[in-house]
Amino acid sequence: MTQRKRPSSTQSSSQRRHTGNLVAQDEDDDATFTQPSTSQVQRGLEKLTPAQVDQKTAEVVQYFLVKDQKKMPVRRADLVKHVVKDYRNIYPEILKRAARTFDQVFGLKLVEIDPKNKMYILVNNLETPDKASPVRSPSNPKMGLLLAILSVIFMKGGVVRENLIWNTLRKLRVDPGEKHEEFGDVRKMVTDEFVRQRYLEYVRIPHTEPIEHEFRWGQRADAEVSKAKILEFMGELHEQDPKTWTQQYRQAHSLPNSSQASTSSSSQR
Amino acid sequence: MASRSSSSTAAGGSDSPQKPTKTKRTRRKRRKARAVGDMSRQMGESHRRFLQTMMVSGVIDEQAAKALYQYCCETHHTQYAPDKLEDFIDTINSRLQPMFMQIRKGMSENNGLQYYALVNMAETDITRMSSDYADNELELFRKTLDLIVCSENGKASSTDILNSTDSMTTRKMKKSETEHLLSRLVHDKWLSEKRGEYTLSTRCIIEMEPYIRTMYQDHIKVCHICRNIAFQCQICENPTCGIKIHNPCVARYFKGKSEPRCPSCDDFWPHEIPEVKRPHSQSRR
Repeated sequence: MTQRKRPSSTQSSSQRRHTGNLVAQDEDDDATFTQPSTSQVQRGLEKLTPAQVDQKTAEVVQYFLVKDQKKMPVRRADLVKHVVKDYRNIYPEILKRAARTFDQVFGLKLVEIDPKNKMYILVNNLETPDKASPVRSPSNPKMGLLLAILSVIFMKGGVVRENLIWNTLRKLRVDPGEKHEEFGDVRKMVTDEFVRQRYLEYVRIPHTEPIEHEFRWGQRADAEVSKAKILEFMGELHEQDPKTWTQQYRQAHSLPNSSQASTSSSSQR
Repeated sequence: MASRSSSSTAAGGSDSPQKPTKTKRTRRKRRKARAVGDMSRQMGESHRRFLQTMMVSGVIDEQAAKALYQYCCETHHTQYAPDKLEDFIDTINSRLQPMFMQIRKGMSENNGLQYYALVNMAETDITRMSSDYADNELELFRKTLDLIVCSENGKASSTDILNSTDSMTTRKMKKSETEHLLSRLVHDKWLSEKRGEYTLSTRCIIEMEPYIRTMYQDHIKVCHICRNIAFQCQICENPTCGIKIHNPCVARYFKGKSEPRCPSCDDFWPHEIPEVKRPHSQSRR
């Protein structure tokens, strides 16, 4: 949606050019970006005007929103390299303010899905409403199909062989082998698009001939989709109490892990 | 009782001027109104849900916006006043401003209805689209924009657009690539297509009006009735007049008039007067 505004930090970039070594170092150590200490952040903030910090925060927010539109996770290294740039010494403060903006303005939660590689996604923080919205979302059909897939995986204990998913889709009149009117290349959508968006994991099963894969929930699904709601729906579908699926019920109502919403209520969204 | 009434008359200050009491009352009313207004400045869950929907949908018509507003308020148990949609959106806009985003309103040139679109205010160029389109695709979009702005009817035929690829300076596009791009632009709600002719979508007009006004200063048409930029419009045939009016604005302005006359030069208005379009009772997009 937006191209971030280029900061008018010409002065600092020319300063960087004078310290030749430092420039090379900055470009190299993107992968090994070290978090500045609290005192470093404090000192950094003192040298900047509130307007500058706000502007940089807004740029970070815009960057995330553009990436999130395509459901692509944001790598910290990219964020620092392309947006934060000269403000990297106050990076934790910028990120904190951006997270606050996402929460207060957009009702989104900034979630770290990969602590090792420092990747972030934006997750919906608003609870699922009981009544459907009067405005129909264009992504609804894809989400419906995804939810069906996630439900199957969840009910089957968290991992399924791919054939089960393909059969499920065929039962829903969505044939992965054929070009679908709404979804196009179904197989590609499930194994590529949903995987890139971190809704699913599609992993090769070793020693299988012909090659077989298995599906699991992806990190975005973990953060965004409520297992309790899936179980509730299953209960309605089969006219059973959700508690009859003891394993799944326990999973759905267990304490949230670190990457999920920290609300005590079991209904995450 | 008699004494009371007499004392109240005295206290009522019939001798003292009415003015101070009235001012006190209006001051109190204004303070209360401001307080209520301030409350609505606070962004709540209902605002966030509205904004999230706008982010997903991009553009919605006024009726859908009203329904959405009600739905958001009811879902989050927020006080709902049917006539306060603009205030509600103002609250959201005040928080979106630092990110150069706004929810803006504009009229569709096709049905005359009002639409709300979430737009990017930062760019003064079409680079707002640059995260989704390649350089040569943007160049072709600019060429399409040229054709539409400079046309009389606000349309560009697919033939003309295809021909314009001949003069591209970036990597040339084949016919199939051009057709694919055009369908993407329609899908992404930048262009609308009807019978092989392309027009600017309502969202595109709302978002790009400032850019278009700057870039095409001398070429743009402005509607005489609503003063907004006009692409698909009727033009007065009087060579010394030549005012432009949007089709829906024509419908509204000349409604019920037996003999339509130009509002500027009073010449007979020769064009077919369209019907005023009514909004659907159930607006689903």
